[in-house]
Amino acid sequence: MPTTETPEIDIKTDIGDFMYPENHTYDAGTGLSEKTIDYICDVKKEDDWIRDFRKKALKVFRDKPMPTHWASGDLNTIDFDKIRYYLAGGQKPSKSWDDVPEDVKKTFERLGIPESERKFLAGVEAQFDSEAAYSNIKEIVSKQGVIFVGSTEGLMKHPEIFRKFFGKVIPTSDNKFAALNSAVFSGGSFIYVPPGVKVSHPLQAYFRINAQNFGQFERTLIIADEGAEVTYMEGCTAPKFDTATLHSAVVELVALKGAKIQYITVQNWSSNVFNLVTKRAVAHEEAEVKWIDCNIGSRLTMKYPGVVLKGRKARGEVLSIALANDGQHQDTGAKMVHAADETTSNIISKSISVGKGRSTYRGLVSMPKHLKGCKNNTECDALLINTNSRTDTYPAITTRGQKNSVQHEASVSKVSAEQIFYMQQRGLSEGEAMSLSVNGFINDLAKHFPMEYSVELKRLIDLEMEGSVG
Amino acid sequence: MSTLEIKNLNVTVAETEILRDFSLTLPKGEVHAIMGPNGTGKSTLAKALAGHPDYEVTSGEVLLDGENVLEMEVDERARAGLFMAFQYPSEIPGVSIANFLRAARQARLGEDEELEVTKFYKEMYEKMDALKIDRKFTSRSVNDGFSGGEKKRNEILQMAMLEPKYAIMDETDSGLDIDALRIVSEGVNKLKGPHMGVLLITHYQRILNYITPDQVHVMFDGRIVKSGGKELALELEEKGYDWIKDEVAQTA
Ligand SMILES: Nc1ncnc2c1ncn2[C@@H]1O[C@H](COP(=O)(O)OP(=O)(O)OP(=O)(O)O)[C@@H](O)[C@H]1O
Ligand SMILES: [Mg+2]
Repeated sequence: MPTTETPEIDIKTDIGDFMYPENHTYDAGTGLSEKTIDYICDVKKEDDWIRDFRKKALKVFRDKPMPTHWASGDLNTIDFDKIRYYLAGGQKPSKSWDDVPEDVKKTFERLGIPESERKFLAGVEAQFDSEAAYSNIKEIVSKQGVIFVGSTEGLMKHPEIFRKFFGKVIPTSDNKFAALNSAVFSGGSFIYVPPGVKVSHPLQAYFRINAQNFGQFERTLIIADEGAEVTYMEGCTAPKFDTATLHSAVVELVALKGAKIQYITVQNWSSNVFNLVTKRAVAHEEAEVKWIDCNIGSRLTMKYPGVVLKGRKARGEVLSIALANDGQHQDTGAKMVHAADETTSNIISKSISVGKGRSTYRGLVSMPKHLKGCKNNTECDALLINTNSRTDTYPAITTRGQKNSVQHEASVSKVSAEQIFYMQQRGLSEGEAMSLSVNGFINDLAKHFPMEYSVELKRLIDLEMEGSVG
Repeated sequence: MSTLEIKNLNVTVAETEILRDFSLTLPKGEVHAIMGPNGTGKSTLAKALAGHPDYEVTSGEVLLDGENVLEMEVDERARAGLFMAFQYPSEIPGVSIANFLRAARQARLGEDEELEVTKFYKEMYEKMDALKIDRKFTSRSVNDGFSGGEKKRNEILQMAMLEPKYAIMDETDSGLDIDALRIVSEGVNKLKGPHMGVLLITHYQRILNYITPDQVHVMFDGRIVKSGGKELALELEEKGYDWIKDEVAQTA
């Protein structure tokens, strides 16, 4: 039974005494009510339709029970009255670089994060000087007619596209946390790629983070019009020493006929964060959506990227890696909803549990009987390091017609104390031995990731393993 | 100073005393064979020296060139020059031999030193050739699905790549075919030189035809009860252990 209370905001006592100034213009205070929403809408100068949308969502959020009948009871420790739902950019908590713990600084150094960005990532500064990088990439892609802006700017400046797709892939009522996000969202990206345009550069949220608050309740909407192609990379791989304990994002992707979207996430949360994210895509005829999702850290992550395969020959893929260290729980998986003939989906999930870390895989593949020529392949592999670790797999495959094929493989392997001893006897430290095993375990998957991400992932794993011993 | 010195070592496993006042001095450049009946504590000695957490040293001292080994972590001991060829090597799925050896070699370099990869591969291939290990093995996971003999050969490849000061070989000869025994022995002889001491745990005199021991020790009930030259091994082969048991019983 966890005895930890959810702190009001993550004020780690060892970070030093930083605090929220009490009466800021753009601080919505703690707790969630209609007033909070009015406040957010007023500050952001949002239209009435979005105000209504948010208020309806608040009602849904309140009415929906916590999903503890299937998910972790740890969710009950979240105290919604003590959370700050909106803090505008520039109104971040004041703390100084000196307050940032030594090991955090060292981590940044090890990761090779440029000096200028370290302060931002440590939460010392609300923004870092990436303005140049962002406007650069923005300029390149806008020549192709691509819209790449923050979600608020998106809904204000491009309402005709925004409204058509917003909240359609993931309705407010999808789940309690999607409803919460719908009520209070701010931050996140809005991207529209016109027909036939293949975006030459991967778009990175990293470049845009400065423009908005680091999204505690990010909302991202990406639309690839017919035949368009885009790759989006979310998150920076440095651990976010953020002040908020609850992160609840919603990401919606729409791939119209023949379009391709690749969405890459590498996240590394500090171990007090609840990371409850809803991600889903709709793939129309012959469209392709690929989620690459790597989750390291957090107290509890719940995330099941999905693809609704709506048009003939649509393809969906989820490649995910989750690493749960001591005291962490990665509850991740994938959803593939086949809704047209000849649709194919592929799920490869690798989870690693270290020490008392826990990982859970939840899969859902739905393939109604009336369809034909559909295929799904699911592989989920778990690696357990140390006997305390625990892993659960809940694959759910609903009805498959005789004209469809579903393949499911699962494996659990262990790195025993004996194997660690063997590797240590060759001169590797315990952390190095564990990293080597973990990297060996994910290697065949990670090599399909873009180069810089797999390199980054490897470094993160090294760091995480190093930290997990001694 | 150039010795591995084991003084009055007492080791307990699962609350049972296995090694009792075990003492042995192994100088560099020498080969000492340890023989003894099953269950007398030969592997216990090897694992305790390597620092296996299940093997508790209750008293005694181990000095590697004068350095106190017992205060070191498992990996520190290894980097200090202690190598153990396992009687039952672990399988490490997903980690290729090449990557494993690279990591082990990298671990021996300073913080900002980077392993020279081309040189490393060249050396690894040479040593594999010498041990008649197919080069294809470099991309296979360490010991994963290896035959018994292949595992043993892989242990010697690792030893060759890590060039320890003191090597404990725990029944490396068991499971090797006749040709492999000769090849592995040649490998050990090449490595031995004046810079490495070898503690060779074995049940069979045969390997000692290839690797000439400077001393043969007979172990019984957790300690050495008799030492001699290589002819002692022949005598054991011929007469078994009973006569030594009798000798011990008489002196006790
Ligand atoms: N991890 C362990 N837990 C419990 N008992 C152990 C453990 N390791 C060794 N022992 C016991 O210690 C004693 C000595 O075992 P050890 O493996 O050292 O013998 P050995 O001399 O190497 O034998 P063999 O010639 O069969 O390899 C045996 O009785 C064995 O059962
Ligand atoms: Mg043994």
